[in-house]
Amino acid sequence: MKIEDILKERILVLDGAMGTMIQRYALEEADFRGDRFSNHAHPLKGNNDLLSITRPDIIREIHNKYLAAGADIIETNTFSSTSIAQADYHLESLAYELNFQSAKIAKEVAVELTNTNSDKPRFVAGALGPTNKTASISPQVNDPGYRAITFDQLVDAYYEQTKGLVEGGSDLLLVETIFDTLNAKAALFAIQKYFDDSGKAIPIMVSGTITDASGRTLSGQTTEAFLISVSHVPLLSVGLNCALGANQLRPYLQVMARESETFVSAYPNAGLPNEFGHYDQTPEEMAAQVEEYLKEGLVNIVGGCCGTTPDHIKKIAEVAKKYKPRVIDLLVVG
Amino acid sequence: MDYRLKLSGLEPVTVTPASNFINIGERTNVTGSAKFLKLIKEDKFDEALDVALDQVRGGAQVIDVNMDEGMLDSQAAMVRFLNLMASEPEIARVPVMIDSSKWEVIEAGLKCLQGKGIVNSISLKVGEEEFIRQAKLVRRYGAAVVVMAFDEHGQADTFERRTTICKRAYEILVNEIKFPPQDIIFDPNIFPVATGIEEHRNYALDFFQATKWIRENLPHAHVSGGVSNVSFSFRGNQKVREAMHAAFLYHGIQHGMDMGIVNPTMLEVYDEVDKELLERVEDVLLNRRDDATERLLEFAETVKGSAKKKETDDSWRSGDVEERITHALVKGIVDFIDEDTEEARQKYDKPLDVIEGPLMTGMNVVGDLFGSGKMFLPQVVKSARVMKKAVAYLEPFLQEEKIRSGQVGKPAAKILLATVKGDVHDIGKNIVGVVLACNNYEVVDLGVMVPADKILDAAKKENVDIIGLSGLITPSLDEMVYVAKEMQREKFELPLLIGGATTSRIHTAVKIDPVYEGPVVYVLDASRSVPVASELISDLARESFKRKTKEEYIKLRKDHESKKELKSYISLQDARKNKTAIDWNAFVPVKPSFYGKKVLLSYPLEELRNYIDWTPFFQTWMLAGRYPGILNDSVVGAEAKKLFDDAQTMLDSIIKEKSLQANGVIAFYRASRTHAEDVKLYNNDTDEIPFATLHFLRQQNKKAQGLPNFSLADFIAPADSGKADYIGMFAVTAGIGLEKLIEKYKAAHDDYSEIMAKALADRLAEAFAECLHERVRKEFWGYAGSEHLSSDELISEKYQGIRPAPGYPACPDHTEKRTIFEILEAEKEAGIKLTESCAMYPAAAVSGYYFSNPSSKYFGLGKIEKDQVEDYAERKSMSVEVVEKWLAPNLSYDV
Repeated sequence: MKIEDILKERILVLDGAMGTMIQRYALEEADFRGDRFSNHAHPLKGNNDLLSITRPDIIREIHNKYLAAGADIIETNTFSSTSIAQADYHLESLAYELNFQSAKIAKEVAVELTNTNSDKPRFVAGALGPTNKTASISPQVNDPGYRAITFDQLVDAYYEQTKGLVEGGSDLLLVETIFDTLNAKAALFAIQKYFDDSGKAIPIMVSGTITDASGRTLSGQTTEAFLISVSHVPLLSVGLNCALGANQLRPYLQVMARESETFVSAYPNAGLPNEFGHYDQTPEEMAAQVEEYLKEGLVNIVGGCCGTTPDHIKKIAEVAKKYKPRVIDLLVVG
Repeated sequence: MDYRLKLSGLEPVTVTPASNFINIGERTNVTGSAKFLKLIKEDKFDEALDVALDQVRGGAQVIDVNMDEGMLDSQAAMVRFLNLMASEPEIARVPVMIDSSKWEVIEAGLKCLQGKGIVNSISLKVGEEEFIRQAKLVRRYGAAVVVMAFDEHGQADTFERRTTICKRAYEILVNEIKFPPQDIIFDPNIFPVATGIEEHRNYALDFFQATKWIRENLPHAHVSGGVSNVSFSFRGNQKVREAMHAAFLYHGIQHGMDMGIVNPTMLEVYDEVDKELLERVEDVLLNRRDDATERLLEFAETVKGSAKKKETDDSWRSGDVEERITHALVKGIVDFIDEDTEEARQKYDKPLDVIEGPLMTGMNVVGDLFGSGKMFLPQVVKSARVMKKAVAYLEPFLQEEKIRSGQVGKPAAKILLATVKGDVHDIGKNIVGVVLACNNYEVVDLGVMVPADKILDAAKKENVDIIGLSGLITPSLDEMVYVAKEMQREKFELPLLIGGATTSRIHTAVKIDPVYEGPVVYVLDASRSVPVASELISDLARESFKRKTKEEYIKLRKDHESKKELKSYISLQDARKNKTAIDWNAFVPVKPSFYGKKVLLSYPLEELRNYIDWTPFFQTWMLAGRYPGILNDSVVGAEAKKLFDDAQTMLDSIIKEKSLQANGVIAFYRASRTHAEDVKLYNNDTDEIPFATLHFLRQQNKKAQGLPNFSLADFIAPADSGKADYIGMFAVTAGIGLEKLIEKYKAAHDDYSEIMAKALADRLAEAFAECLHERVRKEFWGYAGSEHLSSDELISEKYQGIRPAPGYPACPDHTEKRTIFEILEAEKEAGIKLTESCAMYPAAAVSGYYFSNPSSKYFGLGKIEKDQVEDYAERKSMSVEVVEKWLAPNLSYDV
């Protein structure tokens, strides 16, 4: 069954945070390096995406936990797997392989689960993160016209990432945690270019990030302006994730739900971080807040971002079962 | 499918049939503006950015950027300018139109836009293949596109060629490459007219007709064009050019042109173009006479260089009496209304027929124009003045008629308006009254500080249909709840309207609606009052409107319930631990130049005038925009300018005749923080016993790391710091004499001048506060002796120290005004009273504290928890219930 058809029937659940789960393993520099990178000249601790190559057992286990909790869609461990983001670790050249391996691991786990229960097919979303550079904001206060990265450089990096993700077996692509819409537009440009070149095409999901109560992305757009800026691409879904807890995200999600002509997704953080930067919202608290979205019929896909765990996803999956998905029902206007 | 054209910068722009016409700012174009070209050539990008800012402030909804000049590296200039625009939020708010005849420049520009912009332009000039390639890329970059009526044979200059090319382009785009039709904007070429060349005679007319054809035959596509091209023959003659642009746009829009590249700050209003000039311009545009060009040139000679001169046009006096009355009402001309009313009275059977006939007809025209956004509030208020004068003239005849016939005419719906007990603010309420009166309602205005029993009695006695309550300060919210309860107790069923700055939909839903079974409706502003009232007086609509509103408020209450858990608060104890961190060891206190009071009576108004911040003045009149940009706004600019001129005239006369008096008191004391949020005051350097205590509140919302939970008390040195510290306070008014001044306007039924006088008094009071604060910083306290700030810097508060006012966000408790007023003896010294609700009277008054600490800043208290309310009540020796009443909007919990 195609995901587009399933989405008309029920609310699908996306998995939760990868980083929070990896932290639980309390890994050391040696774990990140493995044998292969034992002589790499730069520290690698914290390069979570690299674990897909050096500790695939851990990534596999985390995917399994989320699938067991009820996730329909799992995200590949590729948030920072662009050559741009990997440059921090001097591993630019590894970008294709990281994406390919991460997608492959996720796909294997997902297929296993689908085979045990074909009524609940599991999907792999190849994740394309925002990178650590912004195309429409200057990092230099005294030179607002300066840009640390260009659109073309982003297109090249995202093209490589897309190729790895698709060839590794992703069912979907997810351009996520967008804080600068121009970066996302470059990702979408690269994806479409890859589709043209390869003759393959899979559904695309897009998820932006409203950074705070100003209701805007980091690059200054309102929710509606963001939506308009990515609507030129045929999308499976559009939505919001990260930065805010479920409650704080709700007003912006209402805008999405009202204005979007495609399915809507949301995967908020487990509340707001406390003064130590930790997320302490319980699975029950978060699920209760997410339930508000479902009652209002705002979403088609729900999941979790920073601070969420398989327990959170389990509770969210339980409430998601009780509700009908948002219906795409636009007035004919103009 | 949604077929609206949607664009975005930082904010969305959606082109709907209701958005009428989209202004695209043209000044950031090196081919059209010599000034802009010079700035770019000289690498003055900062100043070039100001050109863009001017366009946005002037009303441009999209900004056109063009760097096509032989001597420029167009691509580099385009990228640099777009990147700089992206860093200015006020400019980046609007979508960008990338304008170039070079595809490389367009593509480089597209790579800089995070929003959805417009490409200007692509065409069939070099054939279908290239056209398709470019269109596909435009789509992939996520932009809309302007398609020029241009093909392999050249630019289209006739109706036939324009429509044929546009149709061909449309079919390729929509059918072959699935380009969304709503994202296509045709430019059917605006060419210069009145060039003297015979073939050019029909250019404008062909454009109009092609526009109409496109809009009718190519579904969802839009039409735009570069308007200033049309007047190219009249370069140097701004008056004729502006008239041509105004007329061209008027006809273009009539034919379906829904976007245009214009200079939004220079748009003349069609109706205001000199009639003779307009006729000649239209002769040219519409190709109406053979000698049209000659006649326009001839006229152009006569206006060349002549400054705009205002002449009174009395030609409307030749119409019949009904036409004259309508004209006077629409234009707000009172000069002839008595004689015209008299003439009508003689013409009609009964005096009432004059009101129900020509006067109502005229007011209906006003109502329609206002409703459709063609008239603005200041004009409507002037119309009401004419209406009131006419009715006043008829009054004795109406009485006579009543006595003679014993008959009364059908009364209009009656609305009672009142500012509730304890509150003195009435500008907004008066504006609502005027707008309602303009729409055939009879308004019974009970004025200010009206107690509930008086409102209820008057409602019965006058047999009104609706009651409207207004208020500006916090305690008025409770008073409104009380009035609603009283209405319920006395079994009223009348609709109750709620309005005023302190009120809100959520308060109305949560607090007022539940206590009264009749309809309760929150009214956002004066323009909403008419549709709401008309629903409520209609026998047909009332019940369903009431039901809908009740349901909406029930939902709001539920949402409110569920939202309460949303915010997280911390205990008062924890909030105190997170107070503002100030290094008191490094603190060097500055002692004020005196202790105790200083009274300033009859402060020179001509000095205060320079301190006026005009932006809020326009807000009072419901004209949106910042001063001074608003004076050139393409929509409200003309009215804003008139209003501003009238304000200057009145201000001149107020200053000359000294009809308003500005009085103030300031004082300084030694101050010491003795408790987390209390500050004690001492009369001199040595006293050990304080003579008064100021009580402040502390933020309790959970803060991100590094952000303190502010209290104003934090900005005063604590007792144990070993440092002496100081605080100041002030109360000023500019409203002495206002009552007397408006008496004469009231007598003349001149609402316009009355509202104007009150608004000016408000502005002068604020200016007085600003002016004194400056003198305090530099002179009376003198802690910022070296401060040299421009007036802009003053308005943006770039100075050290603050002057927060009780009742405002940092210290929302109005009752602290009682302490300030007692210390300053403000009533005795300056003639400012406090009502029982702590509203200041005269209403044009400001009071507050002075803090000098470099760390002091404005903040909003936000919501506080019960623990602080209890603590505060104890500190102030007030009951918890009373504190909860005063701080109602700041409670994190429901009482």
